[in-house]
Amino acid sequence: MDNGKKIIMENKDQEKNSLYLKLIPYFDRYGILLLLLIMIVVMHFLQPDVFLSWRNVTNIFKQISWQSMLALGVFMVIVTAGIDLSVGSIMMLSLMILAIVAKAGAPWFIVVLTPLVAGFLCGLFNGMGITLLRMPHPFIMTLGTLYIFRGAGNLISGGTPISGFTDEVRYLGHGRIDLTWLGLEKSQYLPVSLVLIAIVYIIFWIFMNHTRTGKWIYAIGGNPNAARASGVNVNKILVIVYSLCGFLSGIGALILAGRADSGYPNAGLQSELDAIAACIIGGASFFGGRGTVLGVFAGVMIMGILRNGLNLMDVSSFWQQVLIGSIIVLAVYVDVLRRDLGTRK
Amino acid sequence: MSTSNQLLLEAKEVTKYFGTITALENVNLKIHAGECLGVVGDNGAGKTTLMKVLSGLYKPSSGSLFFDGKQQVLESPKDSQNLGLEMVYQDLALAGNLPIGENIFLGREPTRNLGLFKLLDFKKIKELTDAHLGKLKINVKSADQKVEELSGGQRQAVAIARSTAFNAKVVIMDEPTAALAIKEVGKVLDLINSLKKTGVGVIVISHRMDDIFAVCDRVMALFQGTNFAESELSNTSRDEVIGWIMGKK
Repeated sequence: MDNGKKIIMENKDQEKNSLYLKLIPYFDRYGILLLLLIMIVVMHFLQPDVFLSWRNVTNIFKQISWQSMLALGVFMVIVTAGIDLSVGSIMMLSLMILAIVAKAGAPWFIVVLTPLVAGFLCGLFNGMGITLLRMPHPFIMTLGTLYIFRGAGNLISGGTPISGFTDEVRYLGHGRIDLTWLGLEKSQYLPVSLVLIAIVYIIFWIFMNHTRTGKWIYAIGGNPNAARASGVNVNKILVIVYSLCGFLSGIGALILAGRADSGYPNAGLQSELDAIAACIIGGASFFGGRGTVLGVFAGVMIMGILRNGLNLMDVSSFWQQVLIGSIIVLAVYVDVLRRDLGTRK
Repeated sequence: MSTSNQLLLEAKEVTKYFGTITALENVNLKIHAGECLGVVGDNGAGKTTLMKVLSGLYKPSSGSLFFDGKQQVLESPKDSQNLGLEMVYQDLALAGNLPIGENIFLGREPTRNLGLFKLLDFKKIKELTDAHLGKLKINVKSADQKVEELSGGQRQAVAIARSTAFNAKVVIMDEPTAALAIKEVGKVLDLINSLKKTGVGVIVISHRMDDIFAVCDRVMALFQGTNFAESELSNTSRDEVIGWIMGKK
């Protein structure tokens, strides 16, 4: 009797939701891009002369360059139903190591490698701690390393800024690709960091969607027991994910070194929260297993455009905080609604 | 019901401790080709622990496992899979966020080489999934459907399909009908019977006498982590088996 009732209810639900159910996959995939597009159109009408100008658009990309790396790393961690609070500190420590190595007079190709290696090792440390020390939740391990890495960065630098890098070291964050050969003006250049964002995001899109390791990352987020029972070495994959997250934070450090031309103690302060926010706005689920690389990019862009647009309109940064917070809550509420519609309980 | 004599898997004197708790003590188990063995027992009798030992998820504290007559030491579920043993878990062990095909091939995805890199071969996954589901007469809208969109019975069918996609010799099913609507139970039992006909040895853990008596050839009872009783199905009755579960002979 109970079962008969259930079947009837399911049929009713199906009828009611059939249209929604058909639209959900598209909304899932492209809804966030729609939001991004709407924001661009609105900003364009509010600031028609400035917002879509070459200068401002490249400016937005330069501003989001290093944040986009942290967000991508945190995204992979969130897909496994984990969290990495230490990305800002990893970036700061990697930046400080880069600055010290640069000041010691190392050749530029050594200098640019140091933050990548340092970031990777920090991430490896997180991954090892979470799996080998069997921390009850990645939140705890990475909360610990949030303090540890920033403290270490201050210890090695004495807590003071170290400034002045060579052009080679600054290339990824500060370099310009000249487009005058296309008949464009000198001011209409392409920031190297924009090209770097594109390349890194394409590589990680392929990694997450078209490799076994990427599938297993999603599977771990969907049901770690299923992954384990299927012979997936869950701990190994987690170590890989946290290491890659650290590596991306290291790339962020290299970009920031170029942009700021300085290693400074406050680098990346609270940027882990921006990274998490971008993932959540971009549709990644805190429960794991859900979210796309494209979504994260859209999340980063939405936050970048919001900050940029509000700056253009002279809105105080306090209002920016209120707005970004509201968008996070709204985005997650949409996720909640979608889950109710999209799955049978 | 024909039972060929080929012994596929044997567990001898398996003991498993968790700290000071003895979950299994000197437990023996045999499964032959084309045979269905029912394993019964009360909660905590050690059924699930025994199955996890067989699949390599737990290492036995002592005792040995023989696959096709050869002693094997399992380091992980991967090892037992390579020896032809598959497990269908009570919690289904499917990733709801992934499509049917990717669940069936999870951990063993076909890939194609692109230069130095190995990329997933989605076309092959879909082809193999459609062919395999067709062979087992499992109806779903599409192999691309996410598992979380399926009913309990469909999920169970996918879990069983996954276990048999790689020429399994022995399939262990932990409470295969527990989470199902009544109309779906029959379909899963049919699936078990057709698996037996292909020569697969099936081990069914169940509380439901209806299931045991519908598909099994032999039944063994565990009680407080030990072998309590065992019989050909034709030589016993429901009441007797229920008595075994409660520790009465």
